[in-house]
Amino acid sequence: MATTTEAATTVAAEAAKAAAEASPMSQFQIERYIPLNLFGYDASFTNSALAMVLAAAICIGFIWYAMRHRSLIPNRMQSVAEMAYEFVHNIVKQTAGEEALGYFPVVFTLFMFILVSNLIGLINIPGVSHYYAPFTSTSHIIVTFALAALVFVGVTIIGIAKNGFGFLKLFVPSGVPWPMLIILVPIEVISYFTRPISLSVRLFANMMAGHTLLKVFGGFVVGLGLLGGWAPLIFMVPFTGLEVLVAFLQAYVFAILTSIYLNDALHIHH
Amino acid sequence: MGPEAARLIGAGIACIALAGAGVGIGNIFGNYLSGALRNPSAAQGQFGNALLGFALAEATGLFGLVMAFIILYSK
Repeated sequence: MATTTEAATTVAAEAAKAAAEASPMSQFQIERYIPLNLFGYDASFTNSALAMVLAAAICIGFIWYAMRHRSLIPNRMQSVAEMAYEFVHNIVKQTAGEEALGYFPVVFTLFMFILVSNLIGLINIPGVSHYYAPFTSTSHIIVTFALAALVFVGVTIIGIAKNGFGFLKLFVPSGVPWPMLIILVPIEVISYFTRPISLSVRLFANMMAGHTLLKVFGGFVVGLGLLGGWAPLIFMVPFTGLEVLVAFLQAYVFAILTSIYLNDALHIHH
Repeated sequence: MGPEAARLIGAGIACIALAGAGVGIGNIFGNYLSGALRNPSAAQGQFGNALLGFALAEATGLFGLVMAFIILYSK
């Protein structure tokens, strides 16, 4: 009697583990590939770190490989690299002006890194996913918060370095009668400090929600099998296209908001 | 009502915030379309602003979704 109950509990435990592994949230699980302990901090090389290394390698490798001839009349691959460059260049020039083009490399790096990180999580190569399931490093709030904190702290330092204490004029809109200023200035200060939160949570929530929805509908396709699986599949195909669009859009919005905050810091007079 | 049931109900109620996201996004693109039908030549230049407005409106809805996930999955 004891052995059958033990067998039943192990079967139930294995079923629960299998269900947890197949759940839509299991794709965000961090797995350590190379455990590493650095002064008491867990600095293991995880699948998130691998995804970030891959994103950086793809960005650098793509631009380097596309521009290796540097011909005046671009071939196809160089055209794509030039399109990406021109796209971000126009964003920075139109929102922050010509003199902010010194900060263009940061905005371009942010744009390309976020775009490639978002897209990496959508590509599933059969056979490889047994060892390394596709992982979106930007679907973790800590990664997007690091990027948003970089932008926020950097823009604040740039603003203070350029304007000194005149930087505080950012919170005082011009042409407002002084009784309203008493209410308006705290609101402006609070809304300034919610910038990194909104920047990071926007990217994180879009990535997590989108990829979770993809996994849920993928589960429907497999669950309904050969006879009924075509119905969710018909929805999945345009929805995956929407997720690719959202990946582009979130990278674009991050870049353009960075440029807008830079413009606010560089040109304080409203 | 145990904590697990309350967790599920709370996550469901928190998702009502996404209605605001839907209304906001529809508002932005509806105004963009009506403006584009009046002035088609100026429409392409403002498409970038339309996408920026869409992302900002969706962000507030997704803040609610993040609260729903926090309620659902925190220990």
